[in-house]
Amino acid sequence: MGAFETISFRPENCNGCNDCMIACAQAKAQSDDAARSRIQVLSSDGSYELAMCRQCGDPECVHNCPAAALSKDAESGVIDWDASKCVDCLLCTVGCSYGGMVYDVDAGHVAKCDLCDGDPACVKACPRGALKFLTTARIYNEVGNLEDLFVPGLAGCQGCNTELIIRHAMRRIGPEAVVATPPGCIPGMGTVGYNGLTGTKVPVFHPLLTNTASMLTGVRRYYKRIGRNVKVVALAGDGGTADVGFQSLSGAAERGEEMLFICVDNEGYMNTGMQRSGCTPYGAWTSTTPVGERGRGKTQDAKNLPLLMVMHHCAYVATASTGFMEDLYDKLDRAIEASEHGFAYLHVYSPCTTGWRFPSDQNIEVSRKAVRTNFVLLWEFDPQSGLRLTHAAEDPLPLAEYVMALGKYRHLSEEQIAHIEGTIAQNVKFVKGLAAGVPLAAAPA
Amino acid sequence: MDQTHYLIVGASHAALSAVHAIRLHDAERDITVVTRDQSLPYSPTVLPYVVSGRSAPERVFLRNEDYFTRLNVKYRRGAAVRKVRPATASVQLDDGEEIGFSKLLLASGAAPALPPIPGLAGVRFHVLRTLNDAIALHSVLPKTKRALVLGGGLIGMHAAENLAKGGAQVTVVEIQPHVLSGYFDADASGIIEKVFATNGVRLLTSSQVTTLAGSGEGCRAMLSDGAELDADLLLVAAGVAPVTDFLDESGIEIDRGVLVDDWMHTSAENVWAAGDVAQARGFFEADKIINGILPDAVGQGRIAGMAMAGDAGAKPYAGGVPLNTYAFFGQQAMSVGVQESALDSSGVEVYRQVDAEAARYLKIVLQDSRLAGIFGINWAFDPGVMRELILRRIDLDAVKQPFLDAPQKIARVLMSRNWR
Ligand SMILES: Cc1cc2nc3c(=O)[nH]c(=O)nc-3n(C[C@H](O)[C@H](O)[C@H](O)COP(=O)(O)OP(=O)(O)OC[C@H]3O[C@@H](n4cnc5c(N)ncnc54)[C@H](O)[C@@H]3O)c2cc1C
Ligand code: SF4
Repeated sequence: MGAFETISFRPENCNGCNDCMIACAQAKAQSDDAARSRIQVLSSDGSYELAMCRQCGDPECVHNCPAAALSKDAESGVIDWDASKCVDCLLCTVGCSYGGMVYDVDAGHVAKCDLCDGDPACVKACPRGALKFLTTARIYNEVGNLEDLFVPGLAGCQGCNTELIIRHAMRRIGPEAVVATPPGCIPGMGTVGYNGLTGTKVPVFHPLLTNTASMLTGVRRYYKRIGRNVKVVALAGDGGTADVGFQSLSGAAERGEEMLFICVDNEGYMNTGMQRSGCTPYGAWTSTTPVGERGRGKTQDAKNLPLLMVMHHCAYVATASTGFMEDLYDKLDRAIEASEHGFAYLHVYSPCTTGWRFPSDQNIEVSRKAVRTNFVLLWEFDPQSGLRLTHAAEDPLPLAEYVMALGKYRHLSEEQIAHIEGTIAQNVKFVKGLAAGVPLAAAPA
Repeated sequence: MDQTHYLIVGASHAALSAVHAIRLHDAERDITVVTRDQSLPYSPTVLPYVVSGRSAPERVFLRNEDYFTRLNVKYRRGAAVRKVRPATASVQLDDGEEIGFSKLLLASGAAPALPPIPGLAGVRFHVLRTLNDAIALHSVLPKTKRALVLGGGLIGMHAAENLAKGGAQVTVVEIQPHVLSGYFDADASGIIEKVFATNGVRLLTSSQVTTLAGSGEGCRAMLSDGAELDADLLLVAAGVAPVTDFLDESGIEIDRGVLVDDWMHTSAENVWAAGDVAQARGFFEADKIINGILPDAVGQGRIAGMAMAGDAGAKPYAGGVPLNTYAFFGQQAMSVGVQESALDSSGVEVYRQVDAEAARYLKIVLQDSRLAGIFGINWAFDPGVMRELILRRIDLDAVKQPFLDAPQKIARVLMSRNWR
């Protein structure tokens, strides 16, 4: 059994306009009567509730049908209703405790949501983003069948997302690849090995922090010369990317070398004892920006590495987060594609349970909050289309929801929070400006 | 002797639900399903539509062979169990064959109960419980001019409607003052009766057949009021009784049905029972009841299957809530929970809205501000959501008036808040 697509509802975005219901009634009952919609939004005390088929995993309506008219499609997960078998007994409506299986008086039989063959009319009609069609299941279904190119049992810290990022990335990149893992958490958790029995199942090497991009340049060029298309990939930390490794990275990007450089950004040198890096944000505690009588964490802002890469005219640059896996996958696909003809740079934020000090089961939540507060902006860039935000920066959550979830910010004073808010505001403005601007390729030289 | 880990007697809703639950937890150990039917599994509930011809017999099966193969389940048709011997953990089939088990589920359901009417044994009559019963009725339908149905319960009424739709002139004789008295009160039944009358079905309530005699191809019935009635088709639908005859010497405790605890376990070690054969805790009453409805057969079968497989996720039975949906001549009636008459009177409130002309009816019974019953005819609400409100004993005090005014909407709102 695979994973299934589903419709999600954010009541906080809903204003009860009923557009979804009209769209459904039109699509499914050729009627403008919202009562005939298979998605029902109800208002109560200023908030909104939803009644519709959840396409349950073990659906009671199907069990309750005496006529074998209902079945769960193994491919799509949709509960299908077969009009030619239904005897209108309504027992399915007893089984459903979600108001998703309802008698349609005008049609004279039960009616339920069928997800419109994977393109739900209601979602398209929602003007406020309250309804979303979650297609994350596609990742599971597609990628689940691809080979995991790391051996089991990498020794990352409990709850660390880095393992998730590199396993997913390499599944997608595939076995025709050579991987470089400069010093940092990624080799530290045991990815460097050989024979397919330890570490990584594709050729992997451990360059110096300083020469990752140069070495990959040579590897790619060599294979090209002997007529093989081998992808070259860097799985690097932010230190190895933004600080020590920056010279060779910048050089390779400027030359347009064909490679995929993935920076897993945990905002510091976490593997060696949590020292600050150029990517450590303002105010953050690290072992070299301590908090005590005098120190209040880092006193400088982080450098915005992905934007620096945009200025290198790379074939592709994007930021991503494990809190938004579909988005990460879209970008990964585009980055892989771009690395066939130029320099592709993917910057993935990876909260560090140990170094940032938060509970190990909270990583995805922290990733999401980073994006929802605009602390992290998700966007992508290519020279033809310019920069595009892939997650709206409007209506962010209050910053406190993010920083207060993390031990490394617990000491922050009001002034420090104000400083961070200022940095975020500036960043949002700058990125939005870029997004609104002309594509770089079209800009006058 | 054949040996199987899980042995399931019966192949209908309770049995299939148990098989499903077992396989969710235990992909390996042998499951054998034995049924006395010759066919693939089907539901008794669909049979009225086989009678009328709306459902083709070969299209009503709930599972195909492939399902059992895929789940590695041995499906044995035409295998009626004659004896159960908990002491030796084995059963004996009609042909003498023995099957040993580690865990046994009794899901043998119910069968028509025959009323003690003098002369019944001497006349040709039909019942409706098996696919063969339905096919037999369907095949005599074209020749049937006058049909007599004994019993105005759900089965009798379903059958009466479908016989009428098949072209017969139908009379239903019901001993109670109203039809469907198990699920609806006099007002509601009255509305349903009117619809039947309009559609040409004669309903004789508070009436009884005292004797039956053969008459040509058909029969002649003497009624309690002295009237006589000729029919060329007689359908006996005067109630059902759990199928327990094969348990007579088993030592398993039986009252009206097989007595089970909240895990559907019987008094015998490693023996469970579920569905129409089981007598389990009622939600509203102290005594154990036979709920006799399809959704409960599914629910009980699941609990039994999970308990048999040792699934730690199993939850004990909450108790049977009577409920049913009833579609008749294109109209809908729903009954969830109990009537006020079934409750001790303290804290009971009854709210009703009846428009007999428009065939619309709604009754809501609350006890201590919690839903005890909701009954509707041509009134939209979600029975599954209402059932959940009852089972969870959701306090409606704060939303009472809105709930009475718009039960469907408020119940859905409560759903979102309580079990979204
Ligand atoms: C005409 C009709 C209409 C109905 N309408 C409704 C309705 O609208 N709503 C509702 O909720 N319920 C309705 N019911 C009741 C519903 O069908 C039952 O509650 C449900 O089928 C019970 O399922 P079960 O698995 O417990 O038993 P059953 O469905 O009775 O199945 C029993 C199984 O056991 C097998 N069996 C019996 N004895 C033996 C033996 N000795 N050896 C081997 N196998 C044996 C049988 O072959 C069968 O497979 C209706 C029933 C009928 C007959
Ligand atoms: S109304 Fe139709 S789909 Fe629903 S349970 Fe009855 S036969 Fe099955």
